[in-house]
This record gives sequence, structure tokens and C-alpha cells, in this order.
Amino acid sequence: MTVSHPGAESGGMDKSIVILGSGTAGTLTANRLRRTYDERECRITVVDQNDDHVYQPGLLFVPFGLAEPHALVRPRPQQLRDGIGYRSAEIERVDVAVGKVHFTDGTSLDYDVLVVATGASLLPEETEGLTGPGWGEKVHTFYDLPGAVALHRALKRFEGGRVVVNVVDLPIKCPVAPLEFAFLADWYFQRRGIRDRVELTYVTPLDGAFTKPVAAKALGGLLKEKGIELVTEFALGEVDGTGGRLVSYDEREVPFDLAVVVPLHGGAEYVERSPGLGDELGFIPVDRHTLQHPDHPQVFAIGDAAGLPASKAGSVAHFEGEVLAHNIGRFLAGKPLDASYDGHTNCFIETGFHKALLIDFNYDTEPLPGHFPGTVGLPLLKESRANHLGKLAFEWLYWHNLLPGRELPGISSAMPEHGKTHTPA
Amino acid sequence: MTTTTYADTSVTVDDEGFFTDPGQWTEPMAEQIAREQNIATLTDRHWTVIHFMRAEYAAKGTGPTVRILGKTSGVSVKELYQLFPKGPAKTAAKIAGIPKPRGCI
Repeated sequence: MTVSHPGAESGGMDKSIVILGSGTAGTLTANRLRRTYDERECRITVVDQNDDHVYQPGLLFVPFGLAEPHALVRPRPQQLRDGIGYRSAEIERVDVAVGKVHFTDGTSLDYDVLVVATGASLLPEETEGLTGPGWGEKVHTFYDLPGAVALHRALKRFEGGRVVVNVVDLPIKCPVAPLEFAFLADWYFQRRGIRDRVELTYVTPLDGAFTKPVAAKALGGLLKEKGIELVTEFALGEVDGTGGRLVSYDEREVPFDLAVVVPLHGGAEYVERSPGLGDELGFIPVDRHTLQHPDHPQVFAIGDAAGLPASKAGSVAHFEGEVLAHNIGRFLAGKPLDASYDGHTNCFIETGFHKALLIDFNYDTEPLPGHFPGTVGLPLLKESRANHLGKLAFEWLYWHNLLPGRELPGISSAMPEHGKTHTPA
Repeated sequence: MTTTTYADTSVTVDDEGFFTDPGQWTEPMAEQIAREQNIATLTDRHWTVIHFMRAEYAAKGTGPTVRILGKTSGVSVKELYQLFPKGPAKTAAKIAGIPKPRGCI
């Protein structure tokens, strides 16, 4: 594929690319675009409502004292290359008909291309009782930094009883993180010498431990091995913080002394105030290969904000980034979009005791055993120390390769097929 | 995929009993499928959901999840579970003669 330069035909810097959100997806998109296209070809403006970039994969480790909260946060503007405009503002709404973003301070910004990268928001208030009595005391989440810190305090105080890990409903960010939390909780209580006094239960709306059959079997096996009870097809209707019960819509109950709940997710709030932009949940419906909005060709979405049948995960944003930067150039040059995202996702799953497992998949191929990225490499769907080290090394790569929009060593945007073993579930 | 008979008409369903071709479905079949799902009679509220499921499938190529049904069908999630006790999205999709909702990853 050859790069199309947006300024080639118009001959000047009259194109404006506005990127909403400066998280993983927005930052890497801005940096990729700036590296590919000269400042004379297009202006790039990134907008966010606060200046704190949180390394979200680190949130999982905070409750167990394995990560320092302040070490996970860096200033957003510092992650952007020179030549990228940064604006700290709250978005009121997007007017897709005229191509304009309105801010709550009354100002606005016109765009030739809009990239929606405002991620997913947590909606704990949408579940009855979740933010009621007990919230922050015996009902917690680790999906944001204050929540992860509060949970760390609660775990330190915990001397035994029933710990329940619950996913309310999908989609959620990093769908493997709640499982990792359960695995690490098993390790944590063993290390404290109180594992025999703790009952661990994993409660999911799915019919298995995970969405994809081969991985669900492997991960379900790990839960069993670690003595973690699995409750499936549990649609959470109400959290009774006072009585310590999760109650499902079909009136099943799971008792708890400490509940770790992953709340419902939705798109950013302004999406609902922007007619024609998002779907029922506030995510942006885009073509799963080109990442372009079906009704508004100048609108693209990337990362957690996109309503795609792909995981909401940093690796997805990374693999999408290459495709998106290319397609935006083609769009601005008036050429048909020719880059295609294949759904490639890659996740390390921390399993405790300094081990992790790795899964790699795309729209068409579910996570399979084998090796990654080729026949020699990290083991797939199998616990190993090498994968744990890979997960730890990823934090450095995140700040130094992924956010700057560079390739990760040896890993391509398209899913590698080589090294995978196709076996039935 | 297998073939089964509803309302004296032969239709194609997948291994879990979901229609593979919504075009083969007719309203009289719904009552019979509902009874197989232990729902004795279909009320107006059931039909609201069934028609909504079919319209959503026609527009989007997949049936909605329970959460989207609760937000957009005019029937709350709580009531959906009363109407279709064992998993509203799946049961209603089966009765409405559309393929199994894809759900999320």
C-alpha cells in the first residue's frame, strides 16, 4: 500500500483532523498521523477533558499492592509529538451534519476528519444498588484508579470470607481482566496465608469463563485448578450491599463479604447528545475493516469508542492505528479506503505466581494454542513465566512504542497464522 | 443444521434451535416455539418484544442483547425476564425466528 498525501491535491495546509480523546487510541493515532503526514498537509488537534493519561493495564495490579497508583499516570500532552495541537476541554456535542465539535465553554472546532477515541465509560449507577450502601466499602471496582486504590485498602483489611468477582454485562474493557483479578486474588490470599479462609467465586453473564470456546475451556480449567467457583449465565439485577448479596434478574443469589464488580460500560456521554453519531450504548458504529462511519464518511472511530465485534483492549487500538492512519490519508486525498483491520487482538492473561498466558485472535480465528508470533515464540493459551515477563515488559513498550505509534518488535497489525494449532474445543 | 416442523411447515434451524432463515418464520409458529420454551401463551407484551426483535434483525443483521432490548424496546429488563424467564435475548430470538444474537466479545 502506498501512502496518500492529503495535501497533494489541494496543495496546502487547509485540512483539519480533530481527534477526540487522548487515551491509548487517540494518542497513538495522532502520533502516527503526524509522523506520516507533514504539518503542511494537515493540522491535527487532540482534545481531552483532563490531562491525566492512566496506564490502564496497571489498574489490575493496584489492589494487590503490585503497582503504585501514581506511577501509572503521566501528562497527556507529553505523549504527543511536536506539531500536534492539544486542547483541554469538555465536549458538549458533535454536529455531524456540518462537521463541528462544540465544547461546554461555548467554543467550537471545525473538522475535515473526526476521529472518535473517547473510549468507554463506567456506568455503575445503571445497576440497581451498585452505588448504594456498601459501595466503596464492601462493593468495589478496580476499573478506575480511585476504585483500585480503595479496593487495595479493603483487601489489606480482609481477613476471610466470601469474595465475589462479577462482570455485570459485556462489552467491557479488557474482557480478561476480571479473570486475571480472580487468579491474582487466589495468589494474594495464599501469600497472606489465609486462602483456606476465603471462598472465591467468579460470576459471569456468559455461559462459560470466556467468550471464545477454546479459551473458555482453558480459562475455566484454570479457575477450577485454583479452587475458584464459576457461576455462569448470571444477569445481575441488583446489588444488595447491606445484605451482601448479588441478585440476578431470574432471582438467583450469590452471597458475598467483598464484591468486586465490573460495572456496565457505555460510550462517552456527549455521544448521546450528538444525533447520528453513536449507537444505543454510545459507541460509534464503524465499518469493521475500514473504521469509517457508515453514514458520515468524514467520521472514524478507534479503540474502545468503536462499536466493533472486537475486544476493547489496547492491542486492538494499536493494530487499528496503522489501518486508520492510512485510511484517513486516502480519505483526505479523495481516494477509496484500501486498508483493512482484521480484528487482531493480543492479550497477556496474568494467572498469578509469576506466570501468565497469552491469547492472540482476530474476527475469524478464535484464540488457539501454539506459539506466537511464529512456531518459535511465546506459548499461546498456556501458563508460562515468559508470558509474565512479556506482560511486565509491555508497560515500557506502551509508553515508548505503542503511544508514539510505532510498530511493536516482531508483531504485525494483521494476525499471524503461523505457529497456531487448530484443534477443536 | 437440522430441519424441523412448525405450523405444518418445514423450517431450517441450527444446532441450538435458532432459525437460520428468518424468512421461513410465520406468526403461527411463534406460539408453538414458545410452548417448547415453557411459555404457555404469548401476551401482547411478548409480541411487542417479538416484533421488535425481528425489526432489529432486519435493520442490523443481528438480534439485540438484553441490555439494548431494555433500553430501546419499551420493555424493561426486569419485565423481559418475567416474560422470557430463561435468557430473554436468546429465548425471544428463538421465538421470533431469527438467528442467535451475536452478543459481545
